[in-house]
Amino acid sequence: MFNRSRKIALMAALVAGAFASVPAQAAEEEFFMIPSYRVGPYGANGNAFYGGFVDYLNYVNMKGGINGVTATWEECETEYNNAKGIECYERMKSKARTSAGPIHTMSTGISYALIDKTAADHLPLAMMGYGRTDAVDGSVFPYAFPLVTTYQMQASAIVKFIAGKEALKGKKIVFLYHDSAYGKEPIVALKAEASLNKFTLVEIPVAHPGNEQGAQWQRIRQEKPDWVIFWGWGVMNQTALKTAQKMGFPRDHMIGSWWAGSEEDVIPAGDAAKGYMSATWNVSGKNVPLIADIEKTVYGAGKGNVQDKGKLGTILYNRGVSAAVLSVEAVRRAQEKYGKGKAMNGEQVRWGLENLKLDDARIKALGATGLLPAVMTSCANHEGSGKVKIQQWDGSKWVLVSDWIEGNKALIHPLFQASAAQYAKEKGITPRDCSKEK
Amino acid sequence: MQFFFEVLIGGLLSGIMYSLVALGFVLIFKASGVFNFAQGAMVYLAALSVVGCMEKGAPIWLAVILAFLVMVVFGVLTERIVLRRMVNQSPISLFMATIGLAFFVQGAAPLLWGNQPRGLDIGLVDEPIPYILDTFGIVVSRFDLAAAGIAAALVLVLALFFQYTRVGRALRAVADDHQAAMSIGIPLQHIWVMVWGVAGFVALVAGMLWGARNGVQFALTFAALKALPVLILGGFTSVPGAIVGGLIIGASEKLAEIYLPPLMQGVLEGNFGGIEGWFPYVLALVFLLVRPEGLFGEKHIDRV
Repeated sequence: MFNRSRKIALMAALVAGAFASVPAQAAEEEFFMIPSYRVGPYGANGNAFYGGFVDYLNYVNMKGGINGVTATWEECETEYNNAKGIECYERMKSKARTSAGPIHTMSTGISYALIDKTAADHLPLAMMGYGRTDAVDGSVFPYAFPLVTTYQMQASAIVKFIAGKEALKGKKIVFLYHDSAYGKEPIVALKAEASLNKFTLVEIPVAHPGNEQGAQWQRIRQEKPDWVIFWGWGVMNQTALKTAQKMGFPRDHMIGSWWAGSEEDVIPAGDAAKGYMSATWNVSGKNVPLIADIEKTVYGAGKGNVQDKGKLGTILYNRGVSAAVLSVEAVRRAQEKYGKGKAMNGEQVRWGLENLKLDDARIKALGATGLLPAVMTSCANHEGSGKVKIQQWDGSKWVLVSDWIEGNKALIHPLFQASAAQYAKEKGITPRDCSKEK
Repeated sequence: MQFFFEVLIGGLLSGIMYSLVALGFVLIFKASGVFNFAQGAMVYLAALSVVGCMEKGAPIWLAVILAFLVMVVFGVLTERIVLRRMVNQSPISLFMATIGLAFFVQGAAPLLWGNQPRGLDIGLVDEPIPYILDTFGIVVSRFDLAAAGIAAALVLVLALFFQYTRVGRALRAVADDHQAAMSIGIPLQHIWVMVWGVAGFVALVAGMLWGARNGVQFALTFAALKALPVLILGGFTSVPGAIVGGLIIGASEKLAEIYLPPLMQGVLEGNFGGIEGWFPYVLALVFLLVRPEGLFGEKHIDRV
C-alpha cells in the first residue's frame, strides 16, 4: 500500500514537472557552455575569471537578457587538464545544438585540443589572449577566435613600450619563458622585432612548473640584460620575482605577459614584486562603471558568483567580465542579422564573433570605457584589436603606466598568415575567400 | 670560475630545500615501510594551515603551533581511518592508499583554507649577503643559507632520535617487520601515529620555507617531484642520505642547466634549456642501475 501510494506520488510529481517545464522551454534561452577550472593548481585564477564571467551573464539577465533572450549556462570542472577539458566539451555539446554562446576554456592546451572538434560541430571557440594564435586568419580557422590580442602582438607591444623608454639598438633583452607551447609562441615575434630593432635577444626557458629558477637567474646575472621580458604562469611568476630579488635584478626592468600580471601573481611575492610591470588587455579596479554596477546589481540581489568579494575588480575578475561582454556582444550582433529576441545557434554566433563592432561608443554604452580596447573583427582578422596596456605593481595595486599600445601589425600578422597557410596545407583545408564573406 | 662556484653553491643550497621534502618521505618509509605519496600534499596542507591561521588573526608563533596540531590530527586520522585497516597488507596496497590520501588532501586543504595564493613572511629576506657579494662577487642568499642551517639542525635531531631513543628503535623495528614488532609488544598504532606526526612536523618546516620562498599555493605539492630523485639517490631509509642526495641533485641540475644546453645546441641545434625538469631523474636512473638501494639505503636481502 505504501509502495503504491509512493508510486502514484512519484508519477504525479513527474507529470507536474513535465508541465512545469513547458514555459521554461518556450522562453528563448542562449546556452553558454563553460568548461571552467575552480580547483587544482590554477583554481584561484579560474575562480576569479569564471566568477566574473558568470556574474556578467547574471547581470545581463537581470537587465532583461540579450534582447529578451535569457542567458543559461552550465559549468564543468576541467582542472586545467586537457583530457578533462575534452570530456567536458563532449558532455555539454549536445546542449549547445540549438543555441551556443562562445566557449572559453582559459587554457591553451584545451583550446588546441578543441579546435578541430568545434569546427566539426560548428561551435565557436573563443581564445582571448591565449590559444592558437594563427587562428587570427579566419579564412583557415572559421570557428576559432583569438580575440582582442595574441601572444605575438603582445610581445611586439611590449617591445614598443621599451622602445618608448630607450633606443633599442645595441641593447640586450632576455626572454625568460615557461618551456611550453604558451611560452614558445612569442619567440618568432621577438626574433622578428630583434632583427628589425637591432637588439640582442637571449632566450632562457624554465621547466614546468618553474618553482626553481636559480640557474636561469644566474645566467641572467651573467648576461647582464637591459630588460627581461617574462612569459610565466602560476608558481613560476612568484618564483621569478623572488629569484630576481635574490639576484639583484631590478624589477622595474622586468615586463611580464598578461598571464603573469594578476594580483594572484604578485601578492604572494611580497616586496619582491614592487616595481614589476606586465602587459594586460583589461584593466583592474572597480572604478569602471560596469564593474561597480555588477557589484551593486548582482551582489546587491545576493546572486554573486564569487564568494570572496575582494576578488571583484581584480585583473582576472575583470577579464572574466570582459570575456563575457565580448561573448554577449557576439550574440547581440548575430541577432542583428538573424533575428532579435531569438536564441542563436553556434553557426550564427560564429558570424557574430566574426563581425564584432565593439567600438568606443558601444563600450561606453555598456559602461565599460577603459575596461578593454575596441574590438572590430572580420573574416581576415579574428583578433580584432592587438592592443595592450602596461601596468606596474606599486606594492598594493596595479597602476597603469601606458595607454593602449598596438603591436607591430605589419610585422606580426604576416607571421600568422604564413603559419595558417601551412596548417591549411597540412590538413587539406581550402581557405575561405574572405572578400566574399558578409 | 667565479661563475661556476656561484652556480655550484646556489645548486647545493637549492638541494637542501629538496632534502627537506625528501626527509618526510624517508621518515615514514623508515618507520612503516610505506612510500607516502601524500608527502607533497602534506607540505601544502601544513603551509596553508599556517597562513590560514595567520589570516584569522593568530601571530606567527601561534599559527605554527596550530598548524602543527592540524598535522598531528591529520596523522591520527590517517592512522585510524586508513592505515589501521591495512596492517600486513602488501606495500603496493599501502602505496595506493597514500595516492588516494594525496588527492583527498589536495582537494580538502583549499576547501578548509581557500585556494588563493598567499605570501608567507617568516622574517628571512631572500637577498644576497653583501659581504660575500662584495668580497667574492658571488650571490649567496641569506634565506637559502638559513634554510640550510634549519635542515642541518633537523637532520641532527632526527638522526639522534632514531639512533638513541627507545621510540626511535621501536620505529625501526616496525619498519623491518610489522608482525614481529607487534609480537614483542611494540604498539604499532601508536608508533604510526607518532611517525606521521613527526613527518607532519617536517612537512610544516618544509612548507614554511618553500611557502616563504615561492608563496603558499597549490604548487607546493609539486615540491615532492623534486624530492623523488633525491630519495632514489640517497636511499629511502637514510636521513643523511636525503641530505647528501639533495646536495647532489641540486648541484648537478643547476650545473647541467647552465653548461649542457650550449653543448647540446652545438651538436643538435635548437634551444635545449629547461633541462632541470628531467635531468635529476636521468641522474637518479643511472644511480638506480648501479646501486638500486641508493647511496645510503639498506641493502635488501631475501632468504631463499
